[in-house]
Amino acid sequence: MSTFTLFCLIVVLAVIGFFAGRHKVNSQSKPLHSLPRYYGTYVALFAFIPALLVLLVWLLASPIFLGKTIASQITADMIPEGGSAELVLSDVSRIAQGLRAGADNGLILTENINDTVNLAVLADVLASSGVFLGGELNPDVLQLALSYTDAAAFSHFLMICVVLGLAMAGFVFAYGRVNPEFWARNRVEQTYLGVLILAAGLAILTTAGIVLSMLFETINFFQLHEMRDFFFGLNWAPNFHGDSELSILPLLWGTLYISLVALLVAVPVGLFAAIYLSEYASKTVRSVAKPLLEVLAGIPTIVYGLFALITFGPFLKDWFGDGGFLGVNWMGDARSVATAGIVMGIMLIPFVSSLSDDIINAVPQALRDGSYGLGATQSETVKQVVLPAALPGIVGAILLAASRAIGETMIVVLGAGAIARFTGNPLEALTTITTRIVSQLTGDGDFNSPETLVAFALGLTLFVITLALNIVALYIVRKYREQYE
Amino acid sequence: MKDQAMTTLETSVTDQNNKFSANNVDVYYGETHAIKDVSVNIENNTVTAFIGPSGCGKSTFLRCLNRMNDTIDICRVTGDIRLDGEDIYNAKVDPVQLRAKVGMVFQKPNPFPKSIYDNIAYGPRIHGLFKTKADLDGIVENSLRRAAIWDEVKDRLDAPGTGLSGGQQQRICIARAIATAPDVLLMDEPCSALDPIATAQVEELIDELRENFSVVIVTHSMQQAARVSQKTAFFHMGNLVEFGDTTKIFTNPEDPRTESYITGRIG
Repeated sequence: MSTFTLFCLIVVLAVIGFFAGRHKVNSQSKPLHSLPRYYGTYVALFAFIPALLVLLVWLLASPIFLGKTIASQITADMIPEGGSAELVLSDVSRIAQGLRAGADNGLILTENINDTVNLAVLADVLASSGVFLGGELNPDVLQLALSYTDAAAFSHFLMICVVLGLAMAGFVFAYGRVNPEFWARNRVEQTYLGVLILAAGLAILTTAGIVLSMLFETINFFQLHEMRDFFFGLNWAPNFHGDSELSILPLLWGTLYISLVALLVAVPVGLFAAIYLSEYASKTVRSVAKPLLEVLAGIPTIVYGLFALITFGPFLKDWFGDGGFLGVNWMGDARSVATAGIVMGIMLIPFVSSLSDDIINAVPQALRDGSYGLGATQSETVKQVVLPAALPGIVGAILLAASRAIGETMIVVLGAGAIARFTGNPLEALTTITTRIVSQLTGDGDFNSPETLVAFALGLTLFVITLALNIVALYIVRKYREQYE
Repeated sequence: MKDQAMTTLETSVTDQNNKFSANNVDVYYGETHAIKDVSVNIENNTVTAFIGPSGCGKSTFLRCLNRMNDTIDICRVTGDIRLDGEDIYNAKVDPVQLRAKVGMVFQKPNPFPKSIYDNIAYGPRIHGLFKTKADLDGIVENSLRRAAIWDEVKDRLDAPGTGLSGGQQQRICIARAIATAPDVLLMDEPCSALDPIATAQVEELIDELRENFSVVIVTHSMQQAARVSQKTAFFHMGNLVEFGDTTKIFTNPEDPRTESYITGRIG
């Protein structure tokens, strides 16, 4: 029985439970505490939810558990030269997968595989199910794979028994409790609450999980590389000899510099657009212009990256580069701080304008009336009353935009260049934290080398920076909201 | 013969004494006809009260007097409103200049999120009404004194205006309106957000302000209209039903609708 069939079975059981529970109270002539459908829902929920939860946990946990068991059986002589236990383990699970697929297709009978089987033929069969092995098939590894297959089959069987049993038990238990005096409605309400809490908890747990996985790899990195060099070194120079200088500071400089350029573009343009839209534009203009501006926000960042790479960068070079219109030779490469920063600024315009627009609209009309009533013009009112009142919120919006700029990846990968250094010239190439994460992880270097693991330390640092910015921004925005309530 | 001469003289005196004269004013909000053919004269050094049930158009009419309705897109005003004989809806009149001469105080206290000092100095700064810092200090102190709040705030002029109590905030708003040295002060239900004590303070203040300005006040409270005003206009469904001396309106109204409203039968 496949997992899907099992799932369908418990759904069917829940549906039956619904009708059974409803019928049970309907057939009694006593007055009911709740509506009949609540009794049905109560039985259905008891049949469905515990079984589903166990099913999910089992599906997540059993591969981990099986992997641990098999890993403990890997002996030193199974590990080929230059390989590692992890590689053998992944071979085992791939072979097991291939065996299962072969058995499903009728190519092999797993019961017939024993010491006498022709390993070369078996390897061909595995290849035909999409499992290609790097070297020769090791008989010991094959045995492990076979026991893995057996264990997986047993675990699956056990899962079906447990899940079905739980569904039945829930059904019987709930059906037994249902009677006209039973407070089914309140119980169902509690169950819904539980489900909602579970969903919220899952989201938080996932975040914690992401942070933890970053944290573990970061700890690995700091065991291989000096912490002082990472935080306080001045050079970013990864190499393959094992004496890399991996310091975050030049990358942080690039990140902050490009973000600053982006904000210099996005904040004035976005803010002025927001002021125009919320204070001056007529209803018709606003209804057309605001969605148009927000279209900008819907463009994928990779498209902005392409724009920077093939249009805007060369355009800047035509002006500032060798033989350019200005006759200066300030720009060697189309990729530069200005290229990435300005394009990123364009990307952030709708972000700033949309948030600021909401905040400016939240300024009470009474304040504007008060100012107009004293004979102030529209721009005097905006400058001296509306903007000061909206300022904390606008600062919050700018900080949120800044945290997006710092975390932005695709535009800088394509537009900023790859040179880590401290330079103040906006027409030179620089690199950022995010681009280095991409390039350190996408090479074919050893995963357990500091050159690769540094990506996690960079990622975690970036996460902490943007998290801090977001917290400050949200604090400011919230404080401002309280003023007018 | 002598009687007639007296009457003519009186009329001309009254004409000169008029601050605002509005004739045949109609106001439309899109399709809605909010004010129907209203004519009112507002005299110098007089408190004029506009009373009437909710939605009768009294606030709308008040907002015509300083062209605050201009800020509403769908609002259209026709008819003739003159301030000191000059048509305020003439294309040559700058509404911004007009509003400096016709101050306004709103229903809800709306101090700007600035210091008390900056709140009062807002108008003088915008209109350049002072030469030196000392002048400005003088204007601020004088305005606060006339709004009867100087003693309460003189030690904390740098504190934000939003931190005061409702009654204090409303008096700050009145001081702010006085600071631009207007001729007329429009008040749109200035006491509706205030407690009885603050209301009494503001009413007392209105009576004192009459020495220097004409005051037009919109109010829901008939007692308030009777207490503070010399003239009363009763609006009903966009029409000006009756306009005259307050004592006459409240003791011997001509129109049955006025009587019904005052005695609480409609409203």
